[in-house]
Amino acid sequence: MKNFIGMIALLIMVALLTACGSKDGEKVYVLNWGDYIDPDVIDLFEKETGIKVVYDDFQQNEEMYPKIQAGAINYDVVCPSDYMIQKMIENDLLQEINFDNIPNFKYIDSVHLESAEEFDPGNKYSVPYTWGTLGILYNKTKVEGPVDSWDILFDEKYAGEILMIDSVRDAFAIALVSLGYDLNSTNEAELEEAKALLKKQYPLVQAYVVDQVRDKMIGEEAAVGVIYSGEAIFTQRENPDLEYVVPKEGSNVWIDGWVIPKNSKNKENAEAFINFLCDPKIALMNFEFITYSTPNYGAWELIEDQDVKNSPVAFPPNEIIERCTAFKYLGEDMERNYMHKWNEAKGK
Amino acid sequence: MKLRNVLNTKTPKSPLQKKGSSSIRIRNSKWLSFPYILWMIGFIIIPILVILYYGLTNTDTSLTLDNVLAILDPINLRSLRLALGLSWKSTVICLLLAYPLAMILSKAKNKSNFIVMIIILPMWMNFLLRTIAWQNLLERTGVINTVLKFFNLPMLNIINTPNAIILGMVYNFLPFMVLPIYNVLIKIDKDIVNAARDLGANGIQTFLKIIFPLSLPGVISGITMAFVPSLTTFVISNILGGSKITLIGNVIEQEFRVGNWHVGSGLSLVLMIFILISMAIVSKFDKESEGNSLW
Repeated sequence: MKNFIGMIALLIMVALLTACGSKDGEKVYVLNWGDYIDPDVIDLFEKETGIKVVYDDFQQNEEMYPKIQAGAINYDVVCPSDYMIQKMIENDLLQEINFDNIPNFKYIDSVHLESAEEFDPGNKYSVPYTWGTLGILYNKTKVEGPVDSWDILFDEKYAGEILMIDSVRDAFAIALVSLGYDLNSTNEAELEEAKALLKKQYPLVQAYVVDQVRDKMIGEEAAVGVIYSGEAIFTQRENPDLEYVVPKEGSNVWIDGWVIPKNSKNKENAEAFINFLCDPKIALMNFEFITYSTPNYGAWELIEDQDVKNSPVAFPPNEIIERCTAFKYLGEDMERNYMHKWNEAKGK
Repeated sequence: MKLRNVLNTKTPKSPLQKKGSSSIRIRNSKWLSFPYILWMIGFIIIPILVILYYGLTNTDTSLTLDNVLAILDPINLRSLRLALGLSWKSTVICLLLAYPLAMILSKAKNKSNFIVMIIILPMWMNFLLRTIAWQNLLERTGVINTVLKFFNLPMLNIINTPNAIILGMVYNFLPFMVLPIYNVLIKIDKDIVNAARDLGANGIQTFLKIIFPLSLPGVISGITMAFVPSLTTFVISNILGGSKITLIGNVIEQEFRVGNWHVGSGLSLVLMIFILISMAIVSKFDKESEGNSLW
C-alpha cells in the first residue's frame, strides 16, 4: 500500500519487461555489480544447465536495495556487500539458502566464512563471492618513504595530490580508524571528531572519486589515493610505480556475497547458479576477469602465476586481515546521520 | 494551441480541404495530437504526480511538508545557492557567445546551414562521453597541459574547480542558446531593418532598437534552455568538479541513490518552482510576440 503510486508508475514502465518474462524454459534473474563476472561464465552456465540468465547490474548497494524491496522484477540471485546483506536479513528480504543444492560450497575458505558471520550469523543467507580490503594506493616516485599510515591523507605536504574516496562509510571508516575508534562507531562525539577531521581534509583533496581513482592513479594525476585491494592489483599491472598498503591503524575488510531474495521465483535455479560460480575452475575464470580476491580455496590452488598466487595484495597474510573490520549495518537513522555529516564535511 | 498552428501551416492542403470549412482541418489536427497527449500523460504528467506524492508524504504515507522544507537545511541551501550562481554565470556566458554567432549565421546565407550542422554535430555523441572527454582534456596530465608543458607554458589548473563546471555547462548547453536566437534572427523582415537605416538610424541604433527587441523571444527561450539543465545538473559537477562542489542536483541524486525518495522528491519540487518561474517569464514574452516563438 505504501508504495502504491510508485508501483503504478513502475508497472507501466516494466510492463513490457514482465510480458517478455512469460514461461518459455527455465530462467534465472541475476542482479550483480557492473563488470563483476566474466561474460563467458554466463554462456558456459547457460550451455551446461539450459537455464537462461537474465542479467542486470548495479553500481551501489543503496541503489540495489530499493529494487529488491519494490520487487518490480523478481530477481533470483543478487550480490550485495556485507553490511547490506545484514540490512536485508534484518528487514526480512532474504530467504535461507538450501546448501544441499550447493555442493561446491565446500571450496569456500573457512577464514572468510568466519568473517562473514559478522553480518550473516551461521552463514545461512549468503555465499561469499569476492573479498578485499580498503587501503592506500601511492606513487613511489611522488611520496617520501614507505607509507604505512592513514596520516598521509591528512598531511598538508600533499595538498592537491590526494584522491579521497567518495563513499560515506568508507570515508568515515578512514577518519574513525585513524583517530583510533571503531569504524562501526555510533558514538556522536566520535563521529563529530571524525567529521571535523574530514572537513579539515577537504582543502587538501584534489577530487572525491570512486571508480575514477584507477585511471587517475595510473595516469599520475595524484600521489595518493584510497582504493579497494582488487582495483590495486589492476593499477599496479598498468603502472609499476604504484604501491598498495593496508595502513597499520587498521581498515575495512569487505565481502560481497550471493544471496537469494524472498520474492525469488526460481530458487533452485538460483542455487544452481551459485553452485556453478563456486566451481573452482569457474571461480578462477572470474578471479582473472575481475581481479578481486576470491574466497574460493579451490580456485586459489589452481592459480598458475606464482606472483599472483603469493601476492600480498590479492591474498594478504592473516595478520593483515586480523587488523581489519567488516562494516555493520547501523540502522536507518544512523545512516542518515553519517550522510548528513559527510555532506557537511565536503564543503568549505 | 501552438501545436495546432504548426500543424496547420505544415500540413499540405488537399484540394478538398481548400473547398471545405476550416473546422475540418482543426478536427483533423486534433486527432493527430492524440499520440502526443498519450505520451505526455504517461511520461510527463504521471511522473510529476508521483514526485508530488512522494514529495508531500512521509515513509508512513502521512502528509508532511518536511521534505520540501529540507531545502532550509544549511547544507542544502548552500548547494542551491551554488547551483543558482554557477548556472546563472554559465547562462550569461552562453548568451554572450551565442548572440554574435547567431548574428553571423543569420547573415551568412550560403554557409549558414553548414555551420549550424557543425554546431549540432557534437550533440550526436552522448553528453556523458563529451563531458568525460573534457575531463581528459583539462586534467593535470591531460591533453591541454601536456601541450602547455611541452612549450614550457604555465599549466592550466581548472579541473575540480567551479570554473571547470561552468566550462562544462557552457560547452554542453551552448547549442541550445544559439539555435533559438538564430531561428528568430533569420525570420526578422529585412524591410524593417532597411527602413530603420533609411530613416537615419546608425548600425548600433538599429541593433538596439530593432533587431535586439525583435529577437527577444529567441533570447528568452535560449536562456531557459541553457539555465534549466545547468541548474539541475549533477553529472557535470561530478566529473569536472571532482565531487568537491555539491550542487543541488547532486544532493537530489544522492537522496534517490540511498533510497530516500521522499526527501529527493521534496527537493525536486523546490527546484521545479525555480523552473516554473523561468517558464512564466518565457510565456509572458511568448504572448507579446504573437506566436513568433520556436520551442
